[in-house]
Amino acid sequence: MFTNPESPTAVSESLSEHGYLSDAGLTTAVFLAMTMNRPLFLEGDPGVGKTELAKVLSTWTGGDLIRLQCYEGIDSAQALYEWDYPKQLLHLRASELLAKDETAGAAKESELYSEKFLIRRPLLQALDYQGAGIPVLLIDEIDRADDEFEAFLLEILSEFSVTIPELGQISAKKLPLVVITSNRTRDVHDALKRRCLYHWISHPTLEREIDILKLKAPDVGEVLSRQVAGAVQQMRSFGLFKPPGVAETIDWATALGKLGEAKLTEESLGATLGAVLKYREDQERVVSQGLGIILSAVSDV
Amino acid sequence: MFDSAGRPENRAEVQNSVSTIAIGFARVLRGSGLSIPVSRVMLFVEALRLSGIDKRSSVYWSGRVTLLQDPEEILIYNHAFAVFWEGQRSKGIEVVMPPITVTLATDDPSQESIDNDAETNSPGPKVAVRFSRIETLKAKDFSDCSSGELRELHQLIGNLKFSSSRRASLRKRDAKKNNKKLNVSKSVRKAFETDGEPVYLKYSRKDTRPRRLVLLLDVSGSMEPYARALIRLAHAAVVGRADVEAFTVGTRLTRITRELASRDPDAALRSAADSVRDWSGGTRLGATLTEFNNEWGIRGYARGALLVILSDGWDRGSPDVLRTQMERLQRVTHRLIWVNPLKYTPGYAPLAQGMAAALPYTDEFIEGHSFDSLERLTEIIAS
Repeated sequence: MFTNPESPTAVSESLSEHGYLSDAGLTTAVFLAMTMNRPLFLEGDPGVGKTELAKVLSTWTGGDLIRLQCYEGIDSAQALYEWDYPKQLLHLRASELLAKDETAGAAKESELYSEKFLIRRPLLQALDYQGAGIPVLLIDEIDRADDEFEAFLLEILSEFSVTIPELGQISAKKLPLVVITSNRTRDVHDALKRRCLYHWISHPTLEREIDILKLKAPDVGEVLSRQVAGAVQQMRSFGLFKPPGVAETIDWATALGKLGEAKLTEESLGATLGAVLKYREDQERVVSQGLGIILSAVSDV
Repeated sequence: MFDSAGRPENRAEVQNSVSTIAIGFARVLRGSGLSIPVSRVMLFVEALRLSGIDKRSSVYWSGRVTLLQDPEEILIYNHAFAVFWEGQRSKGIEVVMPPITVTLATDDPSQESIDNDAETNSPGPKVAVRFSRIETLKAKDFSDCSSGELRELHQLIGNLKFSSSRRASLRKRDAKKNNKKLNVSKSVRKAFETDGEPVYLKYSRKDTRPRRLVLLLDVSGSMEPYARALIRLAHAAVVGRADVEAFTVGTRLTRITRELASRDPDAALRSAADSVRDWSGGTRLGATLTEFNNEWGIRGYARGALLVILSDGWDRGSPDVLRTQMERLQRVTHRLIWVNPLKYTPGYAPLAQGMAAALPYTDEFIEGHSFDSLERLTEIIAS
């Protein structure tokens, strides 16, 4: 049985037990989100581990991870529930064929709007959660949805209940732990943010990133891990179009590991650059000015 | 609510002092220019009770996750935190208001004390506006206008309408006629009314949404004669239609969308002026565009948007930087419009290094020296 943590330190320990290394800011945010039953609003560059956090939280709480990926035009039919109309129609036809007498026909109306024909979308799944543990509702990339959807979400998140006209009100028996992520492609409305705890996840420090590599890419050697983490830190200071995130660091270290490299050389760095830098301009920039700087900076680790 | 284990017995007293301290801190933050609603302060108090106030880290982070809403606020928060919790703690909760330096005198032509021209113009009776005079005025270069004329022009700019060019949306809307897609779920639902016979079919088609409009206003020294008019223009756009973003570029990038959102133009302009710290400074167009691209533009603000740069193209930085950033912008925007007040000048050629570098990447290059030219800009935006 999952119980709320007693302190941010306990959060930090539990998260790292489940393979997520966090800093003081994030652990406090998670601690408060859990104890205060507030949604956690996470922003940060792509690849800093926003979605990953939700996944880890769900393994910790022992509940399901219920993910709602937002996109433009998403509406309640895709986010909350929808009636399975084709199935209803077939049911109607079938019962007409099977029973010619009037008595059988009368039951149809209530039958058609029963749970059997209800398609549960992520929000309803989270509100009506019957499984073990505490469910984690991940509302991913809310900035991709449009304003109309935000307003709708606001209503759900403030009440944690929903009324389906044909079935009645459904209220959450277990409040889900809500994690909302945004890449900041547009401003999310204040009204929504106000209900949440806000945390900006930044890139990890060198030491933290080395620890993350040890955890996430255990096959990669100690020296290489340190070098990769150091090189990525260097790259972030270059003013690139897209500075690499933690996800790229892990990818890159794994790639080098697969190639059987034990340490970073100019050759292996050049060959695997595509795993860490995804813009042609960034690659050119690092190749033309940076390879030497990076290598000399990480040679003595 | 909160567990009683390990909490001091005189709980009420502790709670009281916690909220007093929290409220005091919120006042310092407000004094530093952050907007902190009361609901957030209450959240902060509760967070402090849960995580305790005995450790710096938990106080710091409790405040940060409950009181802030944007990464831009973090620096201000850090400063206020240091002042309140670390510097002045022993003196109790004295509210310190760090002064915000504003170099701009005023942006509002109705505040007459500052302008010399205003004194000569305004006390006299208001001249009835005749058609021809307004027409001339509309074409007049802002830099040649007296402040009385500017005031009239600002009024006119405030009335400019920004209709939106539209883009296809993924959201569907109901449609009546045959050209659209069958909406199966609605049609079936409708069919229940007729005993399962699909008598009435329902259709839908894709909706359209206004395209986002992003304005980048150059407020450097060389643009000074035009800056006020352009800020007015930005204000008219922000309040006039949905999905407009405004930034100033100069020596640094400042987002002024929120400040401009007030309906009252004077209040909006004042608060925008307060937030911009580099009025009439030098130009680092390339550098500020880099910042815009990295922090806002490429991330999403400029994607598929109409991007309007209002600048004379003077850049003290390297033209290569500007070229690279314009190329990046051009790749993600729908249309890139450059409005240059100097273009009107007879014999003007885009010789300023920055302008020459940027020009190949613009879709439209237009004048911006007068009301007429700004009106033309709104037409281009709407097309």
